[in-house]
Amino acid sequence: MSTNIVELTELPASRPLTLRLHDWVTTVDHKRLGLLYILFATVFLIVGGVEATIMRLQLIRPLNTLVSPQTFNRMFTMHGTTMIFFVAMPMVFGFANYLVPLMIGARDMAFPRLNAFSFWMTALGGMFLYFSFLGGDGLYGAGSAPDVGWFAYAPLTAKTFSVGHSTDFWTLSLLVSGIGSVGTAINIIATILCMRCPGMTLGKMPLLAWLNLTMGGLVVLAVSPLTAAQLMLLVDRYLGGHFFDAQAGGSAVIWMHFFWVFGHPEVYVLAIPAFAIASEIIPVFSRKAIFGYPVMVLATIAIGFISMSVWAHHMFTVGMTSGANTFFVLSTMAIAVPTGIKIFNWLATMWGGKIRFAAPMMFCVAFLFQFLVAGLTGVTLAVAPFDWQLGNSYYVVAHFHYVIVGAILFAIFAGFYYWFPKVTGKMYNEALAKLQFWLFLIGFHLTFDFMHIPGLLGMPRRIYTYEPGRGWDLWNAIITIGVFFQASGVLLLVANLAISYFRGKAAGSDPWDAWTLEWSTSSPPPAYNFAVTPVVRSRRPLWDIKHPEDPDWRYE
Amino acid sequence: MCLLFSAIVPRKVEAVSMSPTNIFAPASTPADSVFGLSIFVILTCAAIFVAVSVLLTYAAVKFRVRRSDDRAEPAQIYGSNQVELAWTVIPALIVVALFLASARVIASVQDAPRPATALEVVVIGHQYWWEYRYPKLDIVTANELHVPVSDPAHPTPTFLTLLSADTDHSFWVPRLAGKTDLIPNHPNSMWIDPHETGLFLGQCAQYCGTQHAKMLLRVYVQTREEFERWVRKQQQLPTAAVSAGQHVFESTACVNCHAVSGTPAKGVFGPDLTHLMSRDTIASGAAPNTHEKLRLWIQNPDALKPGSKMPAMGLSDRDLDAVTAYLETLR
Repeated sequence: MSTNIVELTELPASRPLTLRLHDWVTTVDHKRLGLLYILFATVFLIVGGVEATIMRLQLIRPLNTLVSPQTFNRMFTMHGTTMIFFVAMPMVFGFANYLVPLMIGARDMAFPRLNAFSFWMTALGGMFLYFSFLGGDGLYGAGSAPDVGWFAYAPLTAKTFSVGHSTDFWTLSLLVSGIGSVGTAINIIATILCMRCPGMTLGKMPLLAWLNLTMGGLVVLAVSPLTAAQLMLLVDRYLGGHFFDAQAGGSAVIWMHFFWVFGHPEVYVLAIPAFAIASEIIPVFSRKAIFGYPVMVLATIAIGFISMSVWAHHMFTVGMTSGANTFFVLSTMAIAVPTGIKIFNWLATMWGGKIRFAAPMMFCVAFLFQFLVAGLTGVTLAVAPFDWQLGNSYYVVAHFHYVIVGAILFAIFAGFYYWFPKVTGKMYNEALAKLQFWLFLIGFHLTFDFMHIPGLLGMPRRIYTYEPGRGWDLWNAIITIGVFFQASGVLLLVANLAISYFRGKAAGSDPWDAWTLEWSTSSPPPAYNFAVTPVVRSRRPLWDIKHPEDPDWRYE
Repeated sequence: MCLLFSAIVPRKVEAVSMSPTNIFAPASTPADSVFGLSIFVILTCAAIFVAVSVLLTYAAVKFRVRRSDDRAEPAQIYGSNQVELAWTVIPALIVVALFLASARVIASVQDAPRPATALEVVVIGHQYWWEYRYPKLDIVTANELHVPVSDPAHPTPTFLTLLSADTDHSFWVPRLAGKTDLIPNHPNSMWIDPHETGLFLGQCAQYCGTQHAKMLLRVYVQTREEFERWVRKQQQLPTAAVSAGQHVFESTACVNCHAVSGTPAKGVFGPDLTHLMSRDTIASGAAPNTHEKLRLWIQNPDALKPGSKMPAMGLSDRDLDAVTAYLETLR
C-alpha cells in the first residue's frame, strides 16, 4: 500500500511541464479544482485591488483629475463585479471544494466532471468581463468596460444609455459564471448529503460541512433569480423586450428586486463559508471543542432562511410604502439574533481555553472584532429612517467593506495560513505572516474606519470627484493612505506562500494538533485522499484517537 | 429643557462648520426625526460593541497560552442551554426596541398629512441636472430650488413629487431630509419644512451616469417675503430688447433643448433659461454663474463637466460673445 502512495504522488513531478499543465487543465480532482479556484480568485484579487487603488488615488483630494469620470465609473463597476463574482465567490468555492470531501472522509466530490465544468464556466465568466476592455465598444471603438455599477440599475443598462457591448459582456459574464456557481453549489450539496464516511451522521459533521451545505442551498436559491434577470436584460437589449424599459412601461424597480433577491443572500453565500473557516480554526487554537455545536448549526440555517427575506432593505429609498419599509426593518434586524449567537459561541469557545496566537488565530480574532462592528453598522442601516440618510453614502461603502474585507477576507487569510501546510506539505513563514497581519490590519482600519465619516457628512458613493469645503478632504486622504498598507499586506501574503512552497520546512500531516479528518491523511493529501475509508464516532475523530481515555462520543 | 437646548445648539453650529452636508445638523422635521432616532440607535450599538469587545479582549488576553504551560488540554465544554438561551433572548429584546422606534419614525415621516398650506414642487431628475416645476405658481426653473422657511407654529412645508426623465437619481439634502430616489415611471414623494433660512447643499445620491458626481443640489430657504418676491420675479417675462445674440440663440440648435418664456425657444431636454441670471451657478452647481464660466460652458461644456449631455455648439467667437451677452440679459 505505501509503495502505491509513493508512485502516485511522485508521478507528476517526473513529467514535462506541458504535460503537468495539461494535467491541471483537464483535472477532475476536487483538490486541484479547489486550488484552481483559489489561484483564479487570488489573481483577480490583485486585479480588483489595482482598480480600487486607481479610485482611491483619484479621490485623495477634491477636484482631482487623475482619471476621467468615464474611467472612474468603469473602475468601480469592474472592482465591484470582480471582487464579488471573481474573487469572493471562487475563493469560498475553492475552500469548499478542497476541504469538504477531506473533512467528511470522501474521496472526491459527488460529480467530479460537473466540478471541472463549473470551474471553467466561472473562468470563462471572468474572461468575458475583462474582454470588455478590448471589445466593449465593438470593432470600431477604442475599447471600453461596463460603467453601470456592479448592481447595474435599470434603465442605465438599456441600449439608450449604454451603447456598445460593454454591458453585454458584463451580462454574459454573470450569466455564465452564475451557471458555474449553481453547478458547484449542487455538487457541494450532493457531496455532503451522499458522500460522508461511515459513522458521520449529519449531526457529527464538522461545522465547516454544515455551513457549506447552507451556502450551497443559498447559492441555488439566490443565483437563479440573477441569471433570470440577466436573460431578461439580454431580451430587453436585443429582442425588443421591455422588462426594465421604463419609457415603454417596464419597471426599473423590478430589476432592483431581482438583483437584491440575489444580492442580499449573496452576502451570506460569502459570509457563511467565512464563518465556517472561523468555526474550524478558533476551536483548534483555543484547544477546546466548539461551544454549542447544535445551536451553531441552527443559527446558520436560521441566517440562511432569514437572509432570503431581507433584500428590500437595499431599497428603503426607492419609495416603498411605510408598511413594506417596516416589514423589512424587522426581517433585517431579526438576522442580528442568530448572527449574535454565533459571535457569542465563538467567544465561549475561546473562554477557558489555552489560546495559541499563530497567524490563523490572529486573523480569526481580528475577524471577530471586525465582524462585530460590521454587524452593528448593519443594524444602524437596518433602521430604515437612518438608512434614508446613510443609504448610498460612503457609510454604506464602509459597512460592506467591513463585512467583505474585515470579516470575510480576514477569515479567508486565516484559512490560507491554516490549511497551507496541508495543501503543500510545507510550513509558511510565521514571522512574515505576523508582519502581514499587522500591515493588513493597520491598512484595513485606516481605510475602512475613516470611510464611515464622509458618509455621515453627506458624501455619496460612486462620485469620481467631490467639491472642496464639504469637510470630506482629510478623511479621503487618510482612506487612500490605508490602501498602501493593505496592498503591501496582500503582496506579502502572496510572497510568503510562494517562497514557503519552494523553501518551507516540511509540515507533517498534522502541524496544528487538530481534530478533523483532513489532518489524518498525508500533506499534501494523495489523489484518493484516504488510503482506507475512515470511520468516525464523533465530531472530532482525531481527538478520539489522541484521547482514548476521554473521547468526544461519550458526550455527544 | 433649557439646558438641553443650550447644549444642543452650539453642537449643531459645530456640526455645520464640520460640513454643510452633515446629517447630524438637521434643520427640518424629517431630518430631525431621523437624527433623534439615529442617536438612540448609535448609543445602543455602541453599548453592545463595548460590552462584547471587552469580553473578547478579556478572553484573548486572559486565556492565551502561557510559556509555563503544561501542554495538557483544557477542560472541554460542549455548550450550555441556559447560556445560549440568554444570548438569544437579550439580543431579541434589543431588536424589538429598535424595531418599534424605527416603525414610529417611518410612520411619522412617510405618512405625514399634507397641510393645505403646503407648497408643491415637482422635481424631475435629468442626466445630470435638476428641473423644478411649481405647478400652482406656473414657474419652471433648474438646479436651484427655492422654498419658504417653515415656522413650526404655522408650518408651510414643501412637498416634492419626484420624477425622472431618464435614469435613476436620488434627491439628498442631508440637513433637510433623508434621500428619496427619482425613478422613471415610478413617481415618488417626500417633504421638507426647513426651520431656518439659508442655503442647503446636497447632491444626487443614486449613480445616474458619467457626471453623477456633478449633479449638485442647492436649496435656498427664504423668508416668506423673500420667497414671494422671488416668485413674482420668476413669473415675469424677461424684458430684454431683441439682440444679435437672441437671433443666434434662436437660429441654432440651442432651442432644441432650452426654453425661454415669451420667445420661440421651447426645448424641454435642457434647463429652462428664462431667468438664468437669477441663479448663482450653472451646470447643476458645477461652476459659478460668471461671464467667463458661462462663455466657457457654451463654448466647450466638457471643459467644466466632461461627459455632460450639452454639446459644444461650435459657434464663432463673435456668435459666442453675442449668445453669452443675450443669456446675461435673462434676469
